[in-house]
Amino acid sequence: MGVGELNSPLQKGITSKDEKLGRARHDVLDIVFAWLTRSVAFLVLVILAGILVSLCVAAWPSIKEFGLNFLITTEWNPPMQKFGAVVPIYGTLVTSAIALFIAVPVSFGIALFLTELAPVWMRRPLGVAIELLAAIPSIVYGMWGLLVFAPIFADKVQPALTATLGKLPLIGALFQGPAMGIGLLSAGVILAIMIIPFIASVMRDVFAVTPVMVKESAYGLGCTTWEVVWNVVLPHSKAGVVGGVILGLGRALGETMAITFVIGNTNFLSSASLYMPGNSITSALANEFGEASPGLHTSALMELGLLLFVITLIVLMLSKLFLARLAKGEGTKS
Amino acid sequence: MQLHSKRKLVNKIALSLSLGAMLFGLFWLAWILFTVLESGILAFSVDLFTQMTPTVGVQGGGLANAIAGSGLLVAAGALIGSPLGILVGIYLAEYGQSTLLGKLTRYVNDLLLSAPSIVIGLFVYAVVVAKTGQFSGWAGALALALIVIPVVVRTTESMLLLVPNSLREAAYALGAPKRTVILWVTLRAAKAGVVTGILLSVARIAGETAPLLFTALSNQFWSLDMSHPIANLPKVIYEFAMNGDPNLQRLAWAGVLLITLGVLALNIVARVFFRQQHSN
Repeated sequence: MGVGELNSPLQKGITSKDEKLGRARHDVLDIVFAWLTRSVAFLVLVILAGILVSLCVAAWPSIKEFGLNFLITTEWNPPMQKFGAVVPIYGTLVTSAIALFIAVPVSFGIALFLTELAPVWMRRPLGVAIELLAAIPSIVYGMWGLLVFAPIFADKVQPALTATLGKLPLIGALFQGPAMGIGLLSAGVILAIMIIPFIASVMRDVFAVTPVMVKESAYGLGCTTWEVVWNVVLPHSKAGVVGGVILGLGRALGETMAITFVIGNTNFLSSASLYMPGNSITSALANEFGEASPGLHTSALMELGLLLFVITLIVLMLSKLFLARLAKGEGTKS
Repeated sequence: MQLHSKRKLVNKIALSLSLGAMLFGLFWLAWILFTVLESGILAFSVDLFTQMTPTVGVQGGGLANAIAGSGLLVAAGALIGSPLGILVGIYLAEYGQSTLLGKLTRYVNDLLLSAPSIVIGLFVYAVVVAKTGQFSGWAGALALALIVIPVVVRTTESMLLLVPNSLREAAYALGAPKRTVILWVTLRAAKAGVVTGILLSVARIAGETAPLLFTALSNQFWSLDMSHPIANLPKVIYEFAMNGDPNLQRLAWAGVLLITLGVLALNIVARVFFRQQHSN
């Protein structure tokens, strides 16, 4: 304020006028900027709505033609213009189930190792290594799966499975038939490798928020590491663990290229065996959409895409529900 | 005593299994990287960068057009997607933290973050390719941009939220308007995190195949014209790997090596860069 007093009245006038102009400009630009960010944020909502609406519109001819039959018939016959989605839906569900069956215990083990077992200096590099597994593009998994993994799988693993699990009643039927290396089981295994990093890193993060005090109390009572993890850490973080598993499921459902390479791509399903080639929603899209004739075929594929999108959205919402509950409740109450 | 040794045994078994799980994870990483390096290096040559993609039965050839096309698509996707993503991130962190639009946008953004990329491809096909009647590089770039946006939004928002409020207050106290505070103070303070987010999103789209299948399609020849189908590495790898021709498979391995190295390098650079900036 001292400066203003020393200045001549003229100069004072100029500064205040300038300031006024400047403030007006600031105000307008500020409002423009705020609205710019707001409208771009709105764009995110438009994108989601746009995906749903455009897929619905594109799928409409098929929805109208087949109705609910689309979901319960197995025949997928482009030349005859008959489309039923049971085989790809079955493939998507089965491969995802296999993937979860393998990935959940392994991810749990990895998270346990990274939070409780590994020496502190090893935790970061090992965590990064597991995250790199998630960074590898799925087309790399696909090509490796088809050309490297599948032959070895057919040669070594499948005969061993047939000789052991194949002998069991009930589930034995799942492990019968020719070992070709490609099929639902291989696709599920590769999918498992791909989702392990997602589930493991969520589990690691939720394990890490267990209050140290609670863990130390358990150790102080003489619990072993395993007892602490099983009886203290896991109950404390179960919502987060479930959220992570569902997140992994969401990834598995939508994975495309890796599956397309190894699932075998056939729309016929002749036995319950997991060795059989099949199709998933994503692999059917990747394979057929490019060559589909306009009309019902394209439309039926669009309906498959819509179905996949809706299922994944529901799964992701569930996962967020569990993870949000963790953020609100379980992390704080102890 | 018996109970004691039983508990110890259970503990030992569980921890061994945990170690086993860790090794299981690392085993796949090592196996995949080893195969990619081995087969890729065998297929590596200068021709990759100078020759065009061959057809079945033709010997030699390279990936020059696919590398150039992929570079263009990824660059365009990142250039379209990151500014939009940063703006949304700014809105979420600085304006709409707890407004309805803010909460809704954050929620939807998280959904889009994990949405299947092939559905994004279908969407762009339906709204761009089907309407214009033309597969094009721009359609591919748009699909990639839609994948970039959620990643950049997420990282930008969380990085902006880490900026201490005292910094904002100091800038306001100097009379700076809000946009100046955001663009010159908070965004600058969060620069390292935002750049990391962009690098990670580039790493993600560099290997994306599914959204390009029905948008950018492919092109056998050299072309930098984004308004027409354009060659790209993932699509070429997909076609060549499925093909029985050993020459094409060799090129596919070389392409896989290029993509894997690129993606892993981006991931590592992003992490190292982030840690360096933050320790300063």
